[in-house]
Amino acid sequence: MNLTLRIWRQKNANTPGEFVTYEAKDVSPDMSFLEMLDVVNEELMRRGEEPIAFDNDCREGICGMCSLMINGVPHGPLPQTATCQLHMRVYKDGDAITIEPWRAAPFPVIKDLIVDRSAFDRIIQSGGYVSVSTGGAPDGNTLPIPKDDADRAFDAAACIGCGACVAACKNASAVLFTSAKISHLALMPQGKVEQDRRVLKMVAQMDEEGFGACTNIGSCEAACPKGITLDNIARMNRLYLKASVKSGLE
Amino acid sequence: MAATARSLRASFSGVLMRLWRSSLGKKYVMAVTGLILFAFVVGHLLGNLLIFAGRTQINEYAQVLKSNLPLLWSARLVLLVSVVLHVVAASQLAHTDRRARRIRYSKFHILDSTLANRTLIVSGLVILGFVIFHLAQFTLLVVDRSYATLVDAAGRHDVHRMMIEGFQNPVVSVFYIISVALLSLHLSHGVASSFQSLGARSKKIEWNLKRVSLIVAIVLFAGFASIPVAVLTGLVK
Ligand code: HEM
Ligand code: SF4
Ligand code: FES
Repeated sequence: MNLTLRIWRQKNANTPGEFVTYEAKDVSPDMSFLEMLDVVNEELMRRGEEPIAFDNDCREGICGMCSLMINGVPHGPLPQTATCQLHMRVYKDGDAITIEPWRAAPFPVIKDLIVDRSAFDRIIQSGGYVSVSTGGAPDGNTLPIPKDDADRAFDAAACIGCGACVAACKNASAVLFTSAKISHLALMPQGKVEQDRRVLKMVAQMDEEGFGACTNIGSCEAACPKGITLDNIARMNRLYLKASVKSGLE
Repeated sequence: MAATARSLRASFSGVLMRLWRSSLGKKYVMAVTGLILFAFVVGHLLGNLLIFAGRTQINEYAQVLKSNLPLLWSARLVLLVSVVLHVVAASQLAHTDRRARRIRYSKFHILDSTLANRTLIVSGLVILGFVIFHLAQFTLLVVDRSYATLVDAAGRHDVHRMMIEGFQNPVVSVFYIISVALLSLHLSHGVASSFQSLGARSKKIEWNLKRVSLIVAIVLFAGFASIPVAVLTGLVK
């Protein structure tokens, strides 16, 4: 199939960008979206032009590096599918596809479609850890943990930190990511110990980075490639309230 | 950044300030003040519906409401503080949200959004304008000063007559109906949303929560709109 791509090109963080239109010819429906871009890039390089820069690493939906706003939806049209797992069979011959970087003030564009997601790293650094060594897998298995808690923690831990939630939010809010990271630790006995200070610090860092607030619309949940749910945000809201009250009383 | 557990402790007022400055805390304020205003709106509607019970009933109700001055002014103070906090928090959040995305997308779908949650600021601002006019008309009595001199047979302020005269003006009635429609739209998202903001929502109860929000919004609209409609159609005279 042949496609018309409208792609954001930007030399670096300090240069204004613009959309450039490319024709992608003979695209196979079996290609992934990123392979399709690889083919476009090979053609650009043959012509001696600068290839389109985009983030990617594992290409199997587990690392969180790939991104891309595809026709106004993060990671494209398929639910719970990262861009690297999106295949061209969802498109048909003649389709026009607009490809943009994540847009959020805390995610500045580095080049073309690549944004700097270090803001997420700083949120993790502010409290997304357990301070003491809790041992290896055998030690973990000796602790009885209710199945429901284990399942919920595991679901929250599925977050790959891609930033699609921020990209999808009309307020560019990072609450889905932050709440997933807070939840997966708070639901485990090893993480409970530090849960109050963790939630206070991670929320403070999230605000510090300049993300927006949550209007409880749910676009993040719809866009998330890993099925992280709004329940995590509700849990974070509860934990933050509890930690705030406690910090004022104790 | 290397704050210790100790430095996260704070005085009571320090905690309140930290809450107010944080995005989550400001949403608690939006939710609590929103729910207070919502409770008032429900009570206000129930009182207003006494217009259908008759002149004596609603005039007596109005007199009772205004007879206990300390209670009246405490309630008014709570409502005033709620409105101010709700509006200030809303505008500060809107400002943060705008700054968080300075460069817009050329194509953008707000996934899973509804008309109600895309237009909260618009509906809110119309409600604010309406509330100011509504207070000027029926509480401060400055829109038509003759309302102050309306007295019923028992010598009470004739609220029944005032409502009828007010809503006989089609412009007033139409503005009123549009405003209560937008209030209902606001609350069809707002009621469920405030539960989420306070951490009291989960997938398990989501469906019921959303359904209750929607039903409440529809019932509120029907109730409020029935009054100007009844006056304009001559059902209430
Ligand atoms: C009777 C009047 C009002 C009632 C009952 C009401 C109720 C509510 C409720 C329950 C919420 C949900 C809070 C949450 O998500 O936690 C809300 C949100 C909101 N309200 Fe109101 N409201 C009223 C008036 C106003 C006014 C006058 C404004 C003026 C701008 C306004 C602007 C907003 C905005 C912008 C939000 C969404 C904030 C966000 O989540 O980003 N509201 N309202
Ligand atoms: S919550 Fe979902 S969308 Fe957000 S960073 Fe994690 S995996 Fe990506
Ligand atoms: S490239 Fe690793 S998740 Fe897509």
